[in-house]
Amino acid sequence: MLARDEHTPLNRTPLHALHIALGGKLVPFAGYEMPVQYAPGVLREHLHTRSKAGLFDVSHMGQIALHAKSGRAEDAARALERLVPQDIVAVAPGRQRYAQFTNENGGILDDLMVANFGDHLFLVVNAACKAEDEAHLREHLSDVCIIDPLPDRALIAMQGPRAQSALAKLCADAPAMRFMDSGPHEVDGLDCFVSRSGYTGEDGFEISVPADGAERLVKKLLENDDVRLIGLGARDSLRWEAGLCLSGHDIATTTTPVEGALEWSIQKGRRHSGARAGGFIGADKILAQLDKGAPRRRVGLKAEGRAPVREGAALFADSASVEPVGSVTSGGFGPSLNAPVAMGYLPASLAAPGTQVFAEVRGQRLPLKVAATPFVPNTYKR
Amino acid sequence: MTTLFTPDHEWLRIDGDVATIGITDYAQSQLGDVVFVELPKVGRSLKKAEAAAVVESVKAASDVYAPISGDVVEVNEALAAEPALVNSDAAGKAWFFKVKIADKSELGGLMDEAAYKAHTA
Repeated sequence: MLARDEHTPLNRTPLHALHIALGGKLVPFAGYEMPVQYAPGVLREHLHTRSKAGLFDVSHMGQIALHAKSGRAEDAARALERLVPQDIVAVAPGRQRYAQFTNENGGILDDLMVANFGDHLFLVVNAACKAEDEAHLREHLSDVCIIDPLPDRALIAMQGPRAQSALAKLCADAPAMRFMDSGPHEVDGLDCFVSRSGYTGEDGFEISVPADGAERLVKKLLENDDVRLIGLGARDSLRWEAGLCLSGHDIATTTTPVEGALEWSIQKGRRHSGARAGGFIGADKILAQLDKGAPRRRVGLKAEGRAPVREGAALFADSASVEPVGSVTSGGFGPSLNAPVAMGYLPASLAAPGTQVFAEVRGQRLPLKVAATPFVPNTYKR
Repeated sequence: MTTLFTPDHEWLRIDGDVATIGITDYAQSQLGDVVFVELPKVGRSLKKAEAAAVVESVKAASDVYAPISGDVVEVNEALAAEPALVNSDAAGKAWFFKVKIADKSELGGLMDEAAYKAHTA
């Protein structure tokens, strides 16, 4: 995360006034003033999202249109493959894919979603890195592409088992969409980009909406009793229960996609002996790790007691050893599990599910077991 | 019985030479839903201002400091089983621990209810 001068004015999303009117507790986050919670609090907001539908303002995230100068989306896809280990050419029109920008050491600069909108690509990147991501795209792709940030669009996410029924009232196309479908759709008469995806492990949608229509749309969605605004606090606990990575924490410039247990996101076509093997920044390191494995790995961790184990806690192989073998990158109390869960990095030899390790919390060694993620089963509509 | 308060949002109920200590309703409202409480061990000798207990919400962990010096004589085991008591009854059933007051002069620096209300206003 960028260190910010405390006198730098914070940015506001198009929903800022609505957050205040609806009792949001606003805090600085990635250069924006964002609601961390509303009156019900993180716990109830989290559980509401898993049982009904949570509505999140994620307008601080970066939305970028990537146009090839040739006018062909395939040329933009080929160009973007210089920067990510994913097969972007294979993303069909109307579909999106999870990707990572990598560095020379195979580390992860940021993660992103890439959608094929037919004649161009639509990218969603993290708020904390969006200026760097845009600069990175310009530096490496300007020969082939026009990089067009879309600051005049808000982004909202609606997540949970009632998300489809709530959105269907305003967007007739929504029920037919499958997980990772993405494209332009009209929502309540507004020209939106809708994807069936999210960051909670639940079925749901992300909706890019023109900034001047965002408040009207959110108010309309909130007329449905199933739908409540949810703050960034519950967004974080929902995503870690779902085993999803937070860029800059669970994956970072010092961790490769293989170390981050994201091999599933690297398609055969970009691996050794694939049709377009390598050719992205850091490929040597990442392709070698795909073949031979990485020395360490991101794992899920379940605490045996009730005490939450949080980011930064050192991990040890046993209850007495002096040298840590890894550390926790995300964690806390999982409201749906009613138990603490965490993610962190461990040597490959300790990364098998069921392996016992210890986290140091306030001078005590707390026992943890390596566990498969997601901790809460996802409910994507595939 | 006198009730006193610290600027760090703890309350102390004084009964003879024993003080019962908890966090204020204002503190619990700021923390949000409490999911875990760690209490000191009975018999531990606390020095004023040292971290004595921990209270955790979904998002964060916060220390509870010893408002006065003294030995811990009892802890509220009910909080381990039901941390949410801190939210529902911070000033009552959700007391944290009791200490035998080592130095009554330390009470002089604490606030009464009116002063604490002004502090949180």
